[in-house]
Amino acid sequence: MDYSRYWNPDIAAVPKSGIRKFFDIVQTMPSAISLGVGEPDFVTPYHIRNAAIDSLLDGETQYTSNWGKLSLRKEIGNYLESRYGLSYDPQREILVTVGASEGIDLAMRALLKAGDEVLVPEPSYVSYRPSVIFAGGVPVPIKTEASRNFVLTPEELEASITRHTKAVILPYPNNPTGAIIGREALEKLCEVILRHDLLVISDEIYSELTYCPEGHVSIASLPGMWERTIYLNGFSKAFAMTGWRVGYVCAPAQIMDVMVKIHQYTIMCASTQGQVAAEEALRQGREDEYADVTTMRQSYDHRRRLMFNAFREMGLNCFEPLGAFYVFPSIEKTGLCSEEFCEKLLREKEVACVPGTAFGACGEGHIRCCYATALDKLDIALSRIAEFVQSI
Amino acid sequence: MQNLQIELLQLLQQDCRMPLEKLGIMLGLPMETVGAMIDDMEKRGVILRYSPVINWDKTDRERVEAMIEVRVTPQRGEGFDAIAKRIYRFDEVKTVYLMSGAYDLLLLVEAHTLKELGYFVSTKLSVLETVTGTATHFVLKRYKSDGIIFEGDSQDKRLAVNP
Repeated sequence: MDYSRYWNPDIAAVPKSGIRKFFDIVQTMPSAISLGVGEPDFVTPYHIRNAAIDSLLDGETQYTSNWGKLSLRKEIGNYLESRYGLSYDPQREILVTVGASEGIDLAMRALLKAGDEVLVPEPSYVSYRPSVIFAGGVPVPIKTEASRNFVLTPEELEASITRHTKAVILPYPNNPTGAIIGREALEKLCEVILRHDLLVISDEIYSELTYCPEGHVSIASLPGMWERTIYLNGFSKAFAMTGWRVGYVCAPAQIMDVMVKIHQYTIMCASTQGQVAAEEALRQGREDEYADVTTMRQSYDHRRRLMFNAFREMGLNCFEPLGAFYVFPSIEKTGLCSEEFCEKLLREKEVACVPGTAFGACGEGHIRCCYATALDKLDIALSRIAEFVQSI
Repeated sequence: MQNLQIELLQLLQQDCRMPLEKLGIMLGLPMETVGAMIDDMEKRGVILRYSPVINWDKTDRERVEAMIEVRVTPQRGEGFDAIAKRIYRFDEVKTVYLMSGAYDLLLLVEAHTLKELGYFVSTKLSVLETVTGTATHFVLKRYKSDGIIFEGDSQDKRLAVNP
């Protein structure tokens, strides 16, 4: 049967994720070391898991409110206020989602009409572009440069704006580059955003993982920006809770009302145990100053320095990542393109990385390596990559 | 500096064979500074020894361990220190804590055989004049010690490649 007359050609035309191929090869290599993961190597802290177990034993197996448990939304409100100076009303401005990924999809579907453009700074997370397309919009990539620390500049932003531009995605701290954006750079962007009356979809899922004294600054905390920002965050990266699928989106009540409609008719609510676990993560964090997060961040930071240093020692140009848990070295010197490099490295040295092109065409010449990997494995992987680079 | 010292100690506790250079990179410090910090902590008795964590159950060595609760009569002017000292000098005694609660000292005692351990309790420990009672609990299995899980699944369960 020919299904092509049934499916939506716009959706069918979206390419599969660029990492799929590597995943298939790695599956056949049991001894390969993978730096290709996009999640913490920690297991969710036990007290968080235990809260979910207790909730199951207590028979808490029902739906929650579409918005998510109010007690969790209150914890989120408190957390955002104390950590990032953001003020959201738990009753009307915070929605618990199935991961921040759902938040991206909700934001796009709530905002976009056919032909609306969304600016996507790249390299960045693989879902932004497809989410815009699925919602009928047009993604407009903006290339960010390693030489400018992969930070979007006001000039680059301004040059990409057309009369169809509705919103810009702000993906910092960034997957895959590890770039962060500071207050000053944000302020410059805000000026352009305000002048062109755009909305911002700010994906701050890595906000807890920055490695500099200033820490993370949310664009929603800057003057005039709260009312035009859809703020996305979640528990996956900060609390090592990827598999729980719990995130949240915060926005002014009027925008939220539209997003909640999509959420309530498609998702109903995020998993109840996931919500219980997330609440425990924040409740305990409030009491012990987020000790779990601090411990994990410190461990990532040690390994970040180790990996960054190793790539420099190999003679590769490498931008110092100050956020997330990725290093994004340039492999241009080797003369191989990203995909060739990754495939040869995997086949010859059994180390898996992700080609930069998976995160946008401008990721060419780079590879993404995740340092959320056990130290002994990291050492082996880095020495194998060094051997590989030397052999070229 | 205080925080960096703690970070350094935590790294050494994970792997005390880590080269100075690597420690320096991970802490963002010159390796000479790390060396000086370690020297200083050794001199001040913060770092007492570098020893491996051994799972003796996986060796052929016969070994019996017991936790022994000891009640003692504290001595005037000395408190519990004098009796604790008399007890910790025995080679069999690996650990001694002064405890709050129903008993005073908690010992971790090791011997080659059950008989040898029993002999230690009955002829060396119980007979000390200030010891008024003991309760011996044999260790059957060690699941976790000093934060290290001895038995269990520690495999990386993540998919090899994801976004």
